[in-house]
Amino acid sequence: MIKAILIFNNHGKPRMSKFYEHYTEDTEQQIIRETFHLVSKRDENVCNFLEGGLLIGGSENKLIYRHYATLYFVFCVDSSESELGILDLIQVFVETLDKCFENVCELDLIFHLDKVHNILAEMVMGGMVLETNMSEIITQVEAQGKMEKSERLQDVFVEFSHQDLLDFYNQMEMIQTQLTR
Amino acid sequence: MSDVVEKTLTALPGLFESQTGAAKITNRLRQLIKSITELTSKHEEENLIKRELSAIKEQVSSPNTTMKQMREIMVRAMYCEMLGYDASFTYIHAIKLAQQGGVLEKRVGYLAVSLFLNEGHELLLLLVNTVLKDLQSTNLIEVCMALTVVAQVFPKDMIPAVLPLVEDKLSHPKEIIRRKAVLALYKFYLIAPNQVQHIHAKFCKALSDKDPGVMASSLHIYLQLIRESPDSYKDLTGSFVTILKQVLGGKLPVDFNYHSVPAPWLQIQLLRILSLLGKEDQSTSELMYEVLDESLRRAEMNHNITYAILYECVKAVYTIHPKAELLEKAARCIGNFVLSPKINLKYLGLKALTYVVQHDAKLALQHQMTIIECLDHSDFTIKRETLELLFRITNAQNVTVIVEKMLDFLRSCNDEHTIIHLIGKVAELAEKFAPDNSWFIQTMNDVFSIGGDLLQQDVPNNFLRLLAEGSESKEEDDQLRLYAVESYLTVLKGHTSHLPQCFLQVMSWVLGEYAHLQESVDRREVIRLLTQLLDQRSVSSETRVWILSALTKIPEGQTDLILDLAESLSSSQDTVLRQQAQELRHLSQDSQLREWVLPRGAPWDGIEVDSSLSFLDGFVSEALAAGAAPYKPPHQRQEELCEDRALNLEPYSFSLPVSLSSCSITDRQSPTLLSVSSGLSGNSAELSQKAGSSTLILEGVKRVWGKDGYLPQKEATAPPVDEPSAAVQPASQQEAAERIEPRPEPSTQNQDKQQLASSLFVGLGVGSSVSLLGKSEAPPPRFRKKPRPHESSSSSGTSKRSSDSSSHSSRNTTDSFLYGSFPEEEPATSISTFDHTPKSTTANGLSQNKDTKEDRHANTSQILGGDMVIVRPSTIQDKHPPSVSSDLTALLPADLKDLPHSDVISLTSDPSLSLSSCRLFRDEALLLVIFISNCTETVIKDVAVQLTCEELKTASLRGNVMDCLEARSTSVCHYALLMDDPHTNVSLTGTVSYQTQPGHTNTLPFSGTLSTADFIRPLVVTTEEYGKLWLSLSHDVKQNLKLLTDAGDPLRTTLNALKDALQLHVVDIIGSEGIVACRLLSGAPCLLHCRVNGAALAMWLRSPHPALPDFILYHCQRALAHH
Repeated sequence: MIKAILIFNNHGKPRMSKFYEHYTEDTEQQIIRETFHLVSKRDENVCNFLEGGLLIGGSENKLIYRHYATLYFVFCVDSSESELGILDLIQVFVETLDKCFENVCELDLIFHLDKVHNILAEMVMGGMVLETNMSEIITQVEAQGKMEKSERLQDVFVEFSHQDLLDFYNQMEMIQTQLTR
Repeated sequence: MSDVVEKTLTALPGLFESQTGAAKITNRLRQLIKSITELTSKHEEENLIKRELSAIKEQVSSPNTTMKQMREIMVRAMYCEMLGYDASFTYIHAIKLAQQGGVLEKRVGYLAVSLFLNEGHELLLLLVNTVLKDLQSTNLIEVCMALTVVAQVFPKDMIPAVLPLVEDKLSHPKEIIRRKAVLALYKFYLIAPNQVQHIHAKFCKALSDKDPGVMASSLHIYLQLIRESPDSYKDLTGSFVTILKQVLGGKLPVDFNYHSVPAPWLQIQLLRILSLLGKEDQSTSELMYEVLDESLRRAEMNHNITYAILYECVKAVYTIHPKAELLEKAARCIGNFVLSPKINLKYLGLKALTYVVQHDAKLALQHQMTIIECLDHSDFTIKRETLELLFRITNAQNVTVIVEKMLDFLRSCNDEHTIIHLIGKVAELAEKFAPDNSWFIQTMNDVFSIGGDLLQQDVPNNFLRLLAEGSESKEEDDQLRLYAVESYLTVLKGHTSHLPQCFLQVMSWVLGEYAHLQESVDRREVIRLLTQLLDQRSVSSETRVWILSALTKIPEGQTDLILDLAESLSSSQDTVLRQQAQELRHLSQDSQLREWVLPRGAPWDGIEVDSSLSFLDGFVSEALAAGAAPYKPPHQRQEELCEDRALNLEPYSFSLPVSLSSCSITDRQSPTLLSVSSGLSGNSAELSQKAGSSTLILEGVKRVWGKDGYLPQKEATAPPVDEPSAAVQPASQQEAAERIEPRPEPSTQNQDKQQLASSLFVGLGVGSSVSLLGKSEAPPPRFRKKPRPHESSSSSGTSKRSSDSSSHSSRNTTDSFLYGSFPEEEPATSISTFDHTPKSTTANGLSQNKDTKEDRHANTSQILGGDMVIVRPSTIQDKHPPSVSSDLTALLPADLKDLPHSDVISLTSDPSLSLSSCRLFRDEALLLVIFISNCTETVIKDVAVQLTCEELKTASLRGNVMDCLEARSTSVCHYALLMDDPHTNVSLTGTVSYQTQPGHTNTLPFSGTLSTADFIRPLVVTTEEYGKLWLSLSHDVKQNLKLLTDAGDPLRTTLNALKDALQLHVVDIIGSEGIVACRLLSGAPCLLHCRVNGAALAMWLRSPHPALPDFILYHCQRALAHH
């Protein structure tokens, strides 16, 4: 069973956190900090598994993580999950995010926290893997997205349309590439 | 990169300026995020979020806020919560949003609810109706959302409300809904297994669903069910094999492919299920050889995910009944893992090896060079896993090298969790394989100084116990003690301020106890060293107490020093220290008293603690006479509290949690703590000493559990002590060295590693067979403890388990009080228990029209209802057809004959012996009688029965060991079984060992299952007592049950049916309501309140035990369903 899914950036700022077991508010923050501390000091060329810290349940649990550019994706799982299986699940999750946001970047996660959660809810439900098939996940998310769109059309004057957002992202990407040069 | 983000964000406002009106609200989130990104310090963040939260507060309470704005606000609140700030005032609004909004608002509302609220949160109650409404909605998305939230946050007591609707969804036309419903039910199963017992058939339907996705999610449930009781699902093996074959054959839609591997996650699940099913079961394993072979073959090495499948496959091959050909292939796969340059695969390879060396130590030998490389790997995780592997292959010959490696690693490690985990293993290895005294003491010194105060309490306790109890030979013991004393004196002479408290405590105890063995050292010197410690500020007050009690024990002669010390401490702030100083002074002045209180070299076994504190009786009665209030046990206090309570929120009230765990705390206390508490009584000095030693013994009992904790991956069935040693061949050092020498390519730079290898892998012989048959005799542990009744005797190996040890081990799990209440011959109790047989319950005036025939019916149905093998009658009963040999009951001892009993059923048999059993229902226990019949014409000797059950307390009452069993005769042995915590079904396992010819021991395993119903006894109370008791009970469960309507009075018929099946006591029936009472043996009561509600029986159960109502409800459901 998956105990928690955490996304934080290179500075340890949480970008998304989802706990499938109950912890107090303070413990949750401590877990995020401890996990960041454990994960961030590991080199790029070591394995993606870490045997659990004290907080998230001791030796029964493992941390499985992947590091993409500015973001760490960490899954805390118990011994009943396959390590490599989860590792690829993270890959599926990221690829799905990439499809849904068209080239996902950290900003997408910040601005669309709720959408990220909704995508995740289609993959993992109550700590169990629900769906690993990317196209199926996207279908479900889009079915919900359609409603959103239809609502958007109604108040097109007050909110941006999807196209606006796209333009915005394109523009932002331009700025980014200029800055990195 | 982050400054890029910041710059991008500063450019944002320009993009948004064109937006006006309602967009302002939308912008609030962006503004919030923007300002968060600009922050430089934690303090600023705090201020900003506080401002933000007060703004949110204002907006949510404003009546003008629209639903859409509310959505926005929720996302902002979610953001604040994620950063760790309390936004609890928005919770109620999240619920409102889910209740009242449109689909989009609902989605945000539900999301916020599942993020904000946990299972215990009281606001969840407000959500029940919304969820019910949405579950019935025609909008698929709403149903999906409701199912998700149900699986995420619903607590146990709210499940009955939604269960029927979720169940209905299993037959929903849309597969996504079915899939979510299956997972929601799985979650229910995890939280409250009894509430979903009745829908197992539907799980089966989900497994055969035409949509592979639904089938895949049902595997979650099956994996869990099979993990719990593999025997009940053996018949599904064929189906799982077929599914796996179809998946491998590419029969699934292409959608399910991931990197062109068909449904890898599904394959992983299936392989896990198969390995659980095939474990220790040859015939089931044979069904899956083919598909496993196929699976190994198909998984070509091209992607991560194929390795994931391979890894599971290898584990499965090694878990099920071995087949040489497959094992060979699997071993080759492990090689691929271990030798892979990819670090993740190497890690898994090591993990696989760790798992496999228990079965085949040879494999570690093959990969020794890789293992040694991994030992020096830069990756912490890899290193740790390597040490785990080495731990498994440790034997008496390589222990020094391996322990050194582990200690090296621990010295450089700063992860608390790893230290605790590994240091325990080092201590275990040291204790088990130590080559000599000096090494052992030295290693333990390292353990204490590295582990320090992180150590689990049982490590020092075990160590001290080992020193104190010693082995058979007194000389050796004294040598060990002497060495310890010497070594500690050296340590104390050095720099002591950095030593952990726990090490100081161990040292002071040993010095106090055994310093006298060392004659060459002056007592004054020892006292000086110990007093020196007292002066250090870093020494905790607990350690000071240890030191003082050590000083108390160092014998006479140095009165002046001691008196000075006692003087200086008698003004200490710490009352405990002061008390100890007083004792010290008294004892040092009165040598006779000291000799009496602290006899030197006294045996350890004889000391007993009066846990009932009866020596305080005089004091108590004096206090009572002086007008003190009598002591009330906690439950009584609660009862009174409850009566004062005016408000009773019925459906979901849990206002009186019963703390069950509180009593276990005392066992964990350190010796000092106990001595402190008893130090308050009059004759404290003596007691503190006694208490100190007896705590060690208590810890000794716990010890088995402690070890289990160290080895989490280990199979539950393997005896804990056997495992590492049995994996090791008894090859001598020379043989092993010979084997290692001819290894190829001894390149020069590898010389060191080769050398290391030969020292690490020494003793892992060539001929070790694949399966562990327990033949190999491991080198005996150096510090074998004296056999004692408290210690598990499983280390003696199955083959030569003497009758003596088996009787010990069957006793060890049971409290001595069990024996107290079951004397071997005691007709008096058997008469008293007879009061509660079915006959007597019919006599309470409720069954007016019952004649003897009815009575007999009651008796038989009770016996059938609690059938011995009850789990899944369809599958198991076939295996053990009840061979009813009524004449066997005639063999029951006279004092038991009158007890109500079940049919005699056959347990197992082989050509020489056959075993049957019968259950007798006693008031305070279940008696299990085992008939052992000799089927041969010869005498069978040394028959010993051993019965184990993890969930129950078992005690052999009589006859589990027999010197000889005459030809064609039957002997009876019986056990008393106690159930403290209810379990639905309890499985018993056991073995009978016997000798047909001298020196040739056979064992015959048997197993059976008991149900909770066997442990339920009627509770005879009056209606008033019932009423009082009802109010005092805190855990309740409600459910509607089937009402039997075939007779005139449905309520009466139903209650009688329940009474017959479960031995309940019907207290009273008034109109359409009935009250019924029962208890778990003589323990926790459970009260049932039944009311006819239309065509159903509304049952409301209450008990002080949190789980008992669920189990009783389950059995009621069964009983009515079978009626």
